[in-house]
Amino acid sequence: MAELLRYRDDETHEEPAVTLDAFLGQTNATAVRLEPDEDARALIPHLDRLGLIEVAFPKFRDGRGYSAARILREAGYTGELRAQGDVLIDQIAYMRRCGFDSFAPEKAISREAADKAVGFYPEVYQKAADGRSPVWALRHG
Amino acid sequence: MYKYDEYDQTIVDSRVAEFRDQVARRIAGEITEDQFKPLRLMNGLYLQLHAYMLRVAVPYGTLSGKQMRTLGHIARKYDRGYGHFTTRQNIQYNWIKLEEAPDILAELAAVEMHAIQTSGNCIRNISSDQYAGAAADEIEDPRPWAELLRQWSSFHPEFSYLPRKFKIAVIASDEDRAAIQLHDIGLQIRHNDAGELGFRVYVGGGMGRTPMIAPVIRDFLPAADFVSYMEACLRVYNRYGRRDNIYKARIKILVHEIGAAEYARQVEEEWAHVKTLGLDPPPGEFERIAAHFAPPAFETGLSDEIDRSDPDFALWLDSNTHAHKQPGYAIAVISLKPIGGIPGDASAEQIELMADLAERYSFDELRVTHAQNIVLPHVKKADLYALWKALDDAGLGTANLDLISDIIACPGLDYCSLANARSIPIAQKIAKRFENMDRQRDLGELKLKISGCINACGHHHAGHIGILGVDRKGEENYQLLFGGSGAEDASLAKIAGPGFNEDGIVDAVEKAVETYRTLREDGERFVDTYRRVGMQPFKEAIYG
Ligand code: SF4
Repeated sequence: MAELLRYRDDETHEEPAVTLDAFLGQTNATAVRLEPDEDARALIPHLDRLGLIEVAFPKFRDGRGYSAARILREAGYTGELRAQGDVLIDQIAYMRRCGFDSFAPEKAISREAADKAVGFYPEVYQKAADGRSPVWALRHG
Repeated sequence: MYKYDEYDQTIVDSRVAEFRDQVARRIAGEITEDQFKPLRLMNGLYLQLHAYMLRVAVPYGTLSGKQMRTLGHIARKYDRGYGHFTTRQNIQYNWIKLEEAPDILAELAAVEMHAIQTSGNCIRNISSDQYAGAAADEIEDPRPWAELLRQWSSFHPEFSYLPRKFKIAVIASDEDRAAIQLHDIGLQIRHNDAGELGFRVYVGGGMGRTPMIAPVIRDFLPAADFVSYMEACLRVYNRYGRRDNIYKARIKILVHEIGAAEYARQVEEEWAHVKTLGLDPPPGEFERIAAHFAPPAFETGLSDEIDRSDPDFALWLDSNTHAHKQPGYAIAVISLKPIGGIPGDASAEQIELMADLAERYSFDELRVTHAQNIVLPHVKKADLYALWKALDDAGLGTANLDLISDIIACPGLDYCSLANARSIPIAQKIAKRFENMDRQRDLGELKLKISGCINACGHHHAGHIGILGVDRKGEENYQLLFGGSGAEDASLAKIAGPGFNEDGIVDAVEKAVETYRTLREDGERFVDTYRRVGMQPFKEAIYG
């Protein structure tokens, strides 16, 4: 696996992520991996003990993970939220907006290229999970 | 018309810069075609049979003269002198070079236009009533709401990798000129019993290989909750829409499989949560947008009299104009369906002329219709004759709106890489067969729609007469359908029987039309007679 791209200041979470089933069946795991067809809301009762949620993107076209990320952030999750798999550079900006702050792409993405891709859009049209003010708020600020 | 402020302009300019970078990386070989494909598709760039095709968004079909002129300029400079207006109220160019695509986007951005989300599995260009702001029967102009949706859906981070493409239409009248019940989401602006403004929400309509008419999932959605409710509708779809089979991935399949009531319940549940996130812009933002759509400075006290002494003009007047809400004005429709022409095509010169005429006669506004025609929405009745003269001189004066030769046809096998059969030559042959305008007028309103494959871009399911091109053992074959409608009386057309070859389909259409002529009762359109008598008499005439 290529290098991890992180947008967090804390230490990388060391414990390996377990499957959702395994996580729900044991009380001490602090990292979990969510597949596209798994319900992110199942994690909501356990968010305060989670340090890492890894969301799988087996194919970049499968966009369910974007909703999973927002749901987790909307529920107040502040730990590391990692997109893993077929993650391409041109998706990083959207993923950041949905709340991902860590990326484990199958094919390496340089920090520089990722920053450039994210930097293309100084303004956004809608609220998401990244706290940015949409232009409608700026217009009426 | 909506005018970009600095924020809108920045966003569209950002897109041009980003796409320029992506194209450069592709040309340099840094990314593969496989990786590039989803990126170019997000910018409306398709690889077709012979060249790249670029689809430019015309939000809710509205254009200024200046924008229209730029479309003509692009046709001349980057294409072979033509543009093709589509059933999505957009324009497509069929002969584009990849390396020039970023320059085209830059030229578009300079007149507040773009190709954002005109393809890909995202929320597509928002469509609306082509007579919005002018029609006598609307309760208000639906376009400010469409613009609000355009902004909300542009670069939506959560909904850019949906199971499938997603189309939304907004109207504000009981007469449905935008086929809202055949959209993924159809919205009708209305008042509730208390006189408050809101929307009736239809979800899960569509054409393609499994056509469906959208059920109502909410009879009244208060206007203030518009964006958050859309967010909930899309989130349920993004999470639960099928991704195992591309043909079952549209929202219509989800709504059909779980049922409209269950889908509505899930949306309400999601919405209860989403509503708390403050996603809805304040009323001031809607008012800001709506101010751009204030009615133009109509003259008052104008006469409604029109000099009908030129008989050709009188025919055009009767078929190609529509009632305007302002006395002394009319809505004029420019047919892009000359007999024997390519439906929806216009030359660079014609596009520029229409731009000029809009500036001179229609408060600088044009509309693209889903029937692939162009509307000048606000023409003084006293100017109609001069307008018609100018159009007629340029080959744009065909008086066939909603008649049998006003055919909707997709690009088909002449351009489209998915096609099974050609559509354009069939449209041309049918128009030729019914060339006699007296005969066409006698047949009355008859909506004929042709698709070159089951994807149904030519809306054949919604045709009074529909034609579907299929592949039969390597030969182009055409199925004939009857009884569809995309209007407020929405219905899906039914297949008559075995298909035909190219000449056979033209003969079969003629037999069907003659059957209607024999059976029709006073005032009945083709589709009314079909609905009354059923398929049998038509079948007998065609196959008997
Ligand atoms: S209906 Fe088929 S042939 Fe026609 S444009 Fe659509 S995909 Fe192409």
